[in-house]
Amino acid sequence: MKYLLLVCTDPDHTPGQDDGAPDVEDWVKEMDANGTRLLGSRTRPASDATTVRVRHREVLLTDGPYAETKDLMAGFDVLECADLDEAIEVASKHPMAWAGAIELRPFWGDEE
Amino acid sequence: MTTAQLSERIGRIYADGWSRIVATMIRFTGGDWDLAEECAQEAFAQALVTWPTSGVPDQPLAWLTTTARRRAIDRRRRASTEAAKLRQVAMREEVAMDAGPPPSPRDRDIPDERLELMFTCCHPALNLDAQVALTLRSLAGLTTAEIAKAFLVPERTMGQRLFRAKQKVAHAGIPFRVPPAHLLPERLPAVLHVLYLLFNEGYSGPERARLCVEALRLARVLAELMPDEPEVLGMLALMLLHDARRPARHDADGGLVTLEDQDRSRWDHARIAEGAALCERALRRRRPGPFQLQAAIAACHATVPSVAATDWPQIVGLYGELARLAPSPVVELNRAVAVGMAEGPEAGLALVEAITSTGRLDGYHLLPAVRADLLRRAGRGPEAVESYRAALSLAPTEAERQFLRGRLEGC
Repeated sequence: MKYLLLVCTDPDHTPGQDDGAPDVEDWVKEMDANGTRLLGSRTRPASDATTVRVRHREVLLTDGPYAETKDLMAGFDVLECADLDEAIEVASKHPMAWAGAIELRPFWGDEE
Repeated sequence: MTTAQLSERIGRIYADGWSRIVATMIRFTGGDWDLAEECAQEAFAQALVTWPTSGVPDQPLAWLTTTARRRAIDRRRRASTEAAKLRQVAMREEVAMDAGPPPSPRDRDIPDERLELMFTCCHPALNLDAQVALTLRSLAGLTTAEIAKAFLVPERTMGQRLFRAKQKVAHAGIPFRVPPAHLLPERLPAVLHVLYLLFNEGYSGPERARLCVEALRLARVLAELMPDEPEVLGMLALMLLHDARRPARHDADGGLVTLEDQDRSRWDHARIAEGAALCERALRRRRPGPFQLQAAIAACHATVPSVAATDWPQIVGLYGELARLAPSPVVELNRAVAVGMAEGPEAGLALVEAITSTGRLDGYHLLPAVRADLLRRAGRGPEAVESYRAALSLAPTEAERQFLRGRLEGC
């Protein structure tokens, strides 16, 4: 199954909570090597975002993110995992699971 | 066999067999929970039609499983769109069936996947309400209407909750399996939590006693399937020890009777002996946990002939250990009660004051209730009255308010 791993920052994060967190470079290396991580990247902050809407056939642009929350998303990865337990294991090794939060979203899939 | 005997026999087979068949069918259908349940349901419906004339087969579980599988295959044949993996499973089965009459399967050859089912229903990626609902439907075999009634929500709401839970299992890829050993320490507590929550819900009143029965039944299954997990044995022991006292917990008017005032001759002593023995068996493994310690405390209360004979210093020690393993202000409060009995009310009061000053039990009626009791026993009547009144204003149930009013009058 494919999962979108959404890397999120935690505005309430207090330094020190993530002591002993794994290194992100090591995480990428490990997950690339075992074939779990298909692609991924950090994303630029909300101030660099552009939101696109089409209304009445007109393209409307907004400078900034769609969601009100500032800079919640810091990056993403696409994983190929056997099941949710495997995806949870991969997510829990990501340093941002320690310093922020990771949201796992299964791909819609093609069975329906 | 009379009709009454037959329907009782089928009822027993349903109670013991439902989860076995559902679990097998979930595997068979490649994770289609709805189809699995529908086919299991139809197999039992078929049994109710066939068995009164044919008699109950020698291997009822195998009969039901075979019937459920055939139903699943029939349905897939009829369905125009099929998932490829389901088609494959069905084809393998058809080949086997077309090759002549299948060798008659025996009950003991039917795979037991109830443990897989328990861990899937109680997967922490599901919210607690969903875990509880799935457990009652798939493992205990309660209907949606029965579950809705037990949790005082409309049937429609419960139906949606079950639907969403099954969708999440399928869409999020929650595996149908017993977690590997390294995940057990974090996953087993979720299963225990759900079963104990069911038990507690059922313990809250006689009209919900069904939940206690189902929780106990599932706890027995879990203990049978995981005999080496001391916390599983501990939880079953705790349930048995509490359940044994149930007949004495309420008086004729439905009022609450506290442990010290309960008529001990009305306790189920066989059940107490079973619980106490299980608790000892668990503790001998030297991997204590919160359930084992609570069971040990319950055993201390249940195995003595009178309140006066209670070994309070032993209970104080057990609460101390429990507070170390699973610290919580409620455990501290219970320890204060035990200390009050073992060392006198003033010693208990000192602990209660310490809990009060943390503010962590503000609004919890048992805090002033315990304080009131200790003050009363210390001969500090006016202060006790004040605390009983505070408890009375916070108590959530009429039975408890009635009990507190009684105490207040005695002051």
